[in-house]
Amino acid sequence: MSRLIRMDATGHSTLAEWTTEDDPAFDAAVREFRAQLDLGYIGVLDQGKGKAEQVRELPRDAGLVIMRRPIAGG
Amino acid sequence: MAAEAPALAELGQVPWRRRTDELYLRRQARTWSLWTVLYAVPFPSAAVLLLALEPLTAPVAIACLAHGWVIPELYAYRGASVLRPKGPRNERSEAAAQGFLGDLLGHEARELHRETGLALERSGMGVWLIGEAGALLLPPGGRRVHCFCVRTTDSELPPSDRIAHLLLALRTDEGGFATVANHAFCGAPWRVRRRLPVAMRPGLDAARAAARAVCRTPVHTRR
Repeated sequence: MSRLIRMDATGHSTLAEWTTEDDPAFDAAVREFRAQLDLGYIGVLDQGKGKAEQVRELPRDAGLVIMRRPIAGG
Repeated sequence: MAAEAPALAELGQVPWRRRTDELYLRRQARTWSLWTVLYAVPFPSAAVLLLALEPLTAPVAIACLAHGWVIPELYAYRGASVLRPKGPRNERSEAAAQGFLGDLLGHEARELHRETGLALERSGMGVWLIGEAGALLLPPGGRRVHCFCVRTTDSELPPSDRIAHLLLALRTDEGGFATVANHAFCGAPWRVRRRLPVAMRPGLDAARAAARAVCRTPVHTRR
């Protein structure tokens, strides 16, 4: 089961879940992903071992995609 | 998968900055060392000279000594301040955020975070120690520490989520992360350590030990 989550004031919220075979669930996840991008969030695919990748399209086969806010110098 | 090249999206906010790399960090380290010498040597020298010429100038000599001591201390304080807890604690959601951050970290780093509130991350430039609104970088060898002021733009997040934001950005593009962050200080780790809250000091000790170990590890076996 793949998950799209957003880090927010609640800790984190699960926005969508899908499997590679479930097209309607994946389409809903894609819509949610794009809506979050429009709100200014950034999609990140954590690959483990100290690596992460920014994604602009929701990968169907991803395990966990995280939406984060931008960072800035303090 | 439509993945982007490993460049941090936030780099667009600072197009005038040269991308941070090891060479830039070495230059910064040399510049900070020079500034420290320029503050720490002339003032005490002037104090000694004044006292030698005229003992009645003792008050001025004391003021010179104070300047020579206070100015480097203030810089080190600014460096340590990047790790100090900032913003709302959000205690109700912190437990969930801490669990999520723990999933991103390895076992050792997770334990260290629980003890100190700081996340340790080994990366190409050295060992990072990430706080809620800033990060320290100890290049291999652990003889110097670079202090960076950087934060997420959402101040309502629980502390562990703020750290997770910085950790994910760092993992996406280390050089970009260091470029977006503001370089606040560079100096010897002991100068920063004495200004850190007591609970955070083991975090810096662990990062320094990890950075020393990097120095002993052959380059081809580093992650």
